[in-house]
Amino acid sequence: MYVAAAAGIILSMVLAMLRALLGPTVYDRVLALNMFGTKTVLLIAVLGFLDGRPDFLDLAIVYALINFIGTIAVLKLFEVGDLGRASDPGEGSA
Amino acid sequence: MVRAFSLGVMLFGVWLLLSGHYTPLLLGFGVGSSILVVLIAMRMDVVDHEGVPLYLGPRVLAYIPWLLLEILRANIIVARIILHPALPISPIMVHFQASQKTDLGRAIYANSITLTPGTITTGVEGSELEIHALTWADVDGREEDEMDRRVTRLEQGI
Amino acid sequence: MELVLDILSWAAIVGGLFFMVVGAVGVLRMPDVYTRLHAAGMTDTMGAGLILIGLTLQAGPTLVAVRLMLVWAFLLFTNPISTHALARAALSGGVRPFRVDMKGEQP
Repeated sequence: MYVAAAAGIILSMVLAMLRALLGPTVYDRVLALNMFGTKTVLLIAVLGFLDGRPDFLDLAIVYALINFIGTIAVLKLFEVGDLGRASDPGEGSA
Repeated sequence: MVRAFSLGVMLFGVWLLLSGHYTPLLLGFGVGSSILVVLIAMRMDVVDHEGVPLYLGPRVLAYIPWLLLEILRANIIVARIILHPALPISPIMVHFQASQKTDLGRAIYANSITLTPGTITTGVEGSELEIHALTWADVDGREEDEMDRRVTRLEQGI
Repeated sequence: MELVLDILSWAAIVGGLFFMVVGAVGVLRMPDVYTRLHAAGMTDTMGAGLILIGLTLQAGPTLVAVRLMLVWAFLLFTNPISTHALARAALSGGVRPFRVDMKGEQP
């Protein structure tokens, strides 16, 4: 039964990957990648149960963190063109 | 100071839940790293009413179940739209007036709107929110007004 | 009792898989990036949530259950932020929304 759950998650990962390949804009690809990351978190959790090793959940938490920070970093790079500067110097000073 | 202390207690609680090993050495590591994080947070100047919103208190616990039910309802609507062969969408951008006083209240309201599928906050200017919706029915005002009222109540602590 | 929990947890997992696959199909079917964000939000909130609830029911009252709920809480906190950032980046990047009836002024 866990195998079925993992298969369902992998199916939707394939669909997300299809959108990442189709594009057309770069934002569609980032969106698909973000979705792919969320599904990876779930896949890690389900695989942990499948293996009888719930310690995998720590990996899932760390992956969720990295996925979020990675998405924000890529978007900031598109918007500002630089990871070091604030995106809006007028507002960020408070 | 109260904020810093309660932030440390919360961090240590998360450590206890995540570690699962209760030996003196590891508990010592937990206390040490909690204190270190609190010191860094104080140096970053984020231990204020926004960073550690203690005053929201237990009212959050009443708001979250309502929000989850709302999310479930919106999910079913969007799922029916996606599975409909004709894909009956009519995207629309609208502007809402948020009635919250503080930035934190507005952030909670905007994030709640984004969390319910069918509506996304695309911009915030002062107390005006710009919202992209999938169909007209998603922004006809009823759910949003109720959410607005609930978040304002959450923020003001009545 | 065991049986009831099992049935409930598998119902939650199957429901989560349903929302997740429908969300992925939506991301493929929708016409532009803003409408796709709605479909993606569906997989992140309900799809992930129901699957994690199902796994929690399987785990029982242990630390594992707490960690699963922590994963979900984390997803619920971060998902709107990245969705909002994506929508704003696309707007400022000049992607026009698909067939939008502007009620107020142009964005």
